[in-house]
Amino acid sequence: MIDDAHAAPRRQAPGSAMTSEASMAAGSAAAPRLDLRLTVNGKERSLRLDPRVTLLDALREHLRLTGSKKGCDHGQCGACTVLVNGRRINACLTLAVMHEGDSVTTIEGLGTPEALHPMQAAFVRHDGFQCGYCTPGQICSSVAVLEEIRAGIPSHVTEDLERIEFGEAELRERMSGNICRCAAYPNIIEAIREVQEQGA
Amino acid sequence: MRAFTYERAESPAAAAAAVARNPEARFIAGGTNLLDLMKLEIEAPRHLVDVNRLGLDRIEETPEGGLRIGALVRNTDLAADPRVRRDYAVLSRALVAGASGQLRNKATTAGNLLQRTRCPYFYDPAMPCNKRRPGSGCGAIGGFSRNLGILGTSEHCIATHPSDMAVAMRALDAVVETIDAEGAARRIPIADFHTLPGDTPEIETVLRHGEFITAVTLPPPAGGIHLYRKVRDRASYAFASVSVAAVVHPGQGASGGGIASARLAFGGVAHKPWRVAEAEDRLADGGDAEAAAEAVLRGARPTGQNAYKLPLLRRTLAGVLAQARQGRGEDR
Amino acid sequence: MKFDTPAGPNPSDRGRVLGQPRDRIDGPLKVSGRAPYAYEYHAEAPGAAYGWILGASIGKGRIARIDRRAAEAAPGVLLVLTHENAPEQGEDSDYAAPQLQGPEILHYGQAVALVVAESLEEARAAAALIDIAYDAAPGHYDLAEERDQAKLPESGQTPPRTDVGDFETGYARAPVTLDVTYTTPDQSQAMMEPHASMALWEGDTLTLFTSHQIMHWAQEGVAATLRMPQEKLRVVSRYVGGGFGSKLEVYADAVLSALAARLLGRPVKVALSRPLIFNHTTHRAATIQRLRIGTEQDGRIVAIAHESWSGDQESGGTAEEASSQTRLLYAGENRMTRNRLATLDLPFAGSMRAPGEAVGLLALECAMDELAEKLGMDPIELRVRNDVGYAPEEGPAKPFSSRKLVESLRVGAERFGWEKRTAPGLRREGRWRIGLGVAAAVRPNLAQPSQARLRLDGQGQLTVETQMTDIGTGSYTILAQVAAEMLGLPLEAVTVRLGDTDFPKASGSGGSWGANSSGAGVYAAAAELRGMIARKAGFNADDAVFEDGGIRAGNRRIALADIAGAEGLVAEAGIEFGDLSEKYAQASFGAHFCEVAVDADTAEIRIRRMLSVAAAGRVLNPKTARSQCLGGMTMGIGAALMEEAVVDRRHGLFINHDLAEYQVPVHADIPHMDVIFLQEEDDKSSPIKAKGIGELGICGVGAAVANAVYNATGVRLRDYPLTLDKLLREMPAAAA
Repeated sequence: MIDDAHAAPRRQAPGSAMTSEASMAAGSAAAPRLDLRLTVNGKERSLRLDPRVTLLDALREHLRLTGSKKGCDHGQCGACTVLVNGRRINACLTLAVMHEGDSVTTIEGLGTPEALHPMQAAFVRHDGFQCGYCTPGQICSSVAVLEEIRAGIPSHVTEDLERIEFGEAELRERMSGNICRCAAYPNIIEAIREVQEQGA
Repeated sequence: MRAFTYERAESPAAAAAAVARNPEARFIAGGTNLLDLMKLEIEAPRHLVDVNRLGLDRIEETPEGGLRIGALVRNTDLAADPRVRRDYAVLSRALVAGASGQLRNKATTAGNLLQRTRCPYFYDPAMPCNKRRPGSGCGAIGGFSRNLGILGTSEHCIATHPSDMAVAMRALDAVVETIDAEGAARRIPIADFHTLPGDTPEIETVLRHGEFITAVTLPPPAGGIHLYRKVRDRASYAFASVSVAAVVHPGQGASGGGIASARLAFGGVAHKPWRVAEAEDRLADGGDAEAAAEAVLRGARPTGQNAYKLPLLRRTLAGVLAQARQGRGEDR
Repeated sequence: MKFDTPAGPNPSDRGRVLGQPRDRIDGPLKVSGRAPYAYEYHAEAPGAAYGWILGASIGKGRIARIDRRAAEAAPGVLLVLTHENAPEQGEDSDYAAPQLQGPEILHYGQAVALVVAESLEEARAAAALIDIAYDAAPGHYDLAEERDQAKLPESGQTPPRTDVGDFETGYARAPVTLDVTYTTPDQSQAMMEPHASMALWEGDTLTLFTSHQIMHWAQEGVAATLRMPQEKLRVVSRYVGGGFGSKLEVYADAVLSALAARLLGRPVKVALSRPLIFNHTTHRAATIQRLRIGTEQDGRIVAIAHESWSGDQESGGTAEEASSQTRLLYAGENRMTRNRLATLDLPFAGSMRAPGEAVGLLALECAMDELAEKLGMDPIELRVRNDVGYAPEEGPAKPFSSRKLVESLRVGAERFGWEKRTAPGLRREGRWRIGLGVAAAVRPNLAQPSQARLRLDGQGQLTVETQMTDIGTGSYTILAQVAAEMLGLPLEAVTVRLGDTDFPKASGSGGSWGANSSGAGVYAAAAELRGMIARKAGFNADDAVFEDGGIRAGNRRIALADIAGAEGLVAEAGIEFGDLSEKYAQASFGAHFCEVAVDADTAEIRIRRMLSVAAAGRVLNPKTARSQCLGGMTMGIGAALMEEAVVDRRHGLFINHDLAEYQVPVHADIPHMDVIFLQEEDDKSSPIKAKGIGELGICGVGAAVANAVYNATGVRLRDYPLTLDKLLREMPAAAA
């Protein structure tokens, strides 16, 4: 398939998706495909997918949005971090079909090389990356982390559960699900701080 | 990942029925552990029942003054709930000590309880593992066991339960609520929910196939100092070597030990969150941390590689209790 | 251009663009997710089928039976390759990496099958249906057990043995002696982008999009494996998601994607799964290292011996050359080093950031700390006392081209507040024990020939083309800076195209030689282009000044765009390095300072702050160079505190083969860290006077951490990594 990101007709309403168990023989049966509609970077997309396709592979292999990276495919590195309905998740550990009707924002949706999102621009200014492979995940996480702190969600280093303060320790802990082997960590924290201070 | 069929359940009872009628069906909620394992075919369901849209994502107060946590409440939301932060801080602390922000946004309350072990032999399908393939032997015994269990283990399995949340819930005496395919409800105290490996390490909880967790309830707030101390080499995004969940009432106690009462549960040491009543009794009777730890560790059977967990647990507990005596609830 | 005399003043000295902390020019593409990595060339290799590699599940033995029928019958499957039906390939060699050539299993994770299907899901599921029976053979997996059988390898990157003076006698007579043995574990490079390839055949020409550090090595390796002429093979690695030595080799993803694509007449893409990477690809081998140092009472070294043992496969095995830096670092008249190699049946050992030094210094620089304590000396003073201006094994006839070790230590001590260091185990802040540690850094400066092509167009835009790769090192940016500086152009006027064998051959990224070598290659091509421009404009090239997008001599100025004209100007040239590296010892030096906090109850170790001082020749871009140092420091912290590929000695594999169990530092482990570059221009190194920096950053870091842990706790651990279980054993419980 070159491109199966076509506008497939919706056969089922959300909440009633179901493939026939009987249609599958044991062992080597093909997985019946499911129709899926979701909003990606503000655009409505329709897909017909093998239910095994993760959200990450749907983005990378079916929608050709390769900005979201596959580093481990097991939720151990964070390179696949995307925002789903505004919250960051590991796109590798969720099935695309579980996201019917959801709104997904990937790195491509945050900004373009010509019009970078403030966080993307701050990463460039502070050299918050080297090889660039974990970078989209780091940036998606960074954007979400600032929202999480604003929303009062505590972290492991929050001193007082009732009052969360911005600070480097908070940022470092909250970003720890995004591994960077080039180790741009200190620069990433500086980039996030700059965006946070400008936004404050 | 083996091919499977997929459906979205319409109600808890329908979900339970859908799984019950197919021995190779599984519920999928957050999916962060199940899909991880499915990619390695350690889990290989033929049918998935998606329970994400059943509306079980609310936290409500119970008539008794406790909290009823919907099974699908995400770990992030549970940790951030103002009532949990105020009255069950140990739970909030335990939740944010686990995994990463991304995983906590997806992982659910029920799914967290049902996490499977991180034993590296369980995770490598080429290795012997009685949990993954009953009868194949335990690769961890005599192998890389540094982070595995010391308590309640068997000759067949020394796996640990990886959850932080469950350790706090054990200290809080949570109750797991389920329904089955017939709609019958059941309330399972968390103490009884997880099983020990014995000679059936493939069995990890008392749930029957198709039995569906709808909620976890917490009894009314117990007050006290809430601490969750998680020990690990890496500062974050790592499983516990040892963890301690403590709810402590400082005071003079029965004989002036500085602690009136304490509830203590331990993670990283067993196939389930570990709690020993005698240890708590000793503290209430004026015993020191060493005396409590001795009761906790009674019957421990460490390997050469994980024997360090005994002194580590003793010292961690001593540190936690010292902190509690000072009346300080904050900890990291 | 042949570089065989020290560089004089030249246009790269101007410092207008080169040497400035410019933002990465590839930054906007990377931060917006638009930079393509190996698995992402959808447009160039359309309609690719998906391959999945199955790895061997025994450590040593043979495939007794392999049945691919069920996999072949599975939905979507296009091809299943095993040793029974795989095409014949070139002989195994330094370059070639033949796959599926027989039933023999050399190591766990060796490829035993490839499944290609219409989708990733189908290929992966079908791979699980391949039925394999093995005859497992007993293997050797324990370095300590094999130590006595170890031999000196016939060859290596550096000589396996050196002897100067008479070590045994000198050591026996020394008034103060130290004899310690350190061990370091196997480690994994663990770069974030998995090894991946996309293969596209057009007739008998193959384009391989892959993730490799050195384009021509990949080209030679794959061509030799496929028995095809190199000129029919184009290798493309425009962006490489980290390498750290792992991507110096060709693995099954490259070879099998190419073979399958040829058989299927259709592009095929293959990535190694993360759990496979740890045992399929190379790793840094574990070492046992014995250090013996004898000194006078005043600390002057009179005898020093460093012996290392590591293991690798019998055929083609290489030693981890952990003793080699000891030949360079300190004075002493009686010396002995050995890099021994034992035979092990683990996966192949290979390069990982600063092979040799990274683990050699973990031992040497802790031994120096131990020695300082024995002597009652400050560890910095001990190092200063043993500074030497020439290669200590070769004598004053071979001076260092530059060596700012002492200055690194002094500047660092001042900046870090070294005077606050107390005797071991004394400083306490709440539940934390605090300690400071120091270590020296050294990394030999290597250079490789490197070429580039520069194209100036009629708009005054310059394009640089070279096979050089950017694996996160900043090559795109620094090469643009070199070219811009040489031609007096703003950085914005330069476009850099890398990672393609269609471009002139370059050094590639390895051994920290990339920036200096490929920068010198661009320098050479720029010098050529300057001459062409001057000639065409009728200037004397020696008098002309290139600035502001033009060429000027006296009052006469012409814009480069006008000189290039519609047809443009193209210069292609390269650098070759003469014998200056034989006349002068060349290395980068530095010093690392670390403050740790150790939990008095649990023995958890946390880094509180860290400083590295580096003297590495001209810093081409302080911003990207600093990032390279931060990366090395972090990897050094990982080596000190957590990284270990754990060998299961019964089954013969690295058992913790994923990123949850093989732990590398995360954000929370790494505080703010400082890097200071000492002003230095090394005119013996290259015309651009730079030296390697990407590996210097890790050299010695772990020892600084370990020395700080000792200072905090009074516990000396000699078995890396310094995990809490080991420390807890020795560290007394905190007073209640």
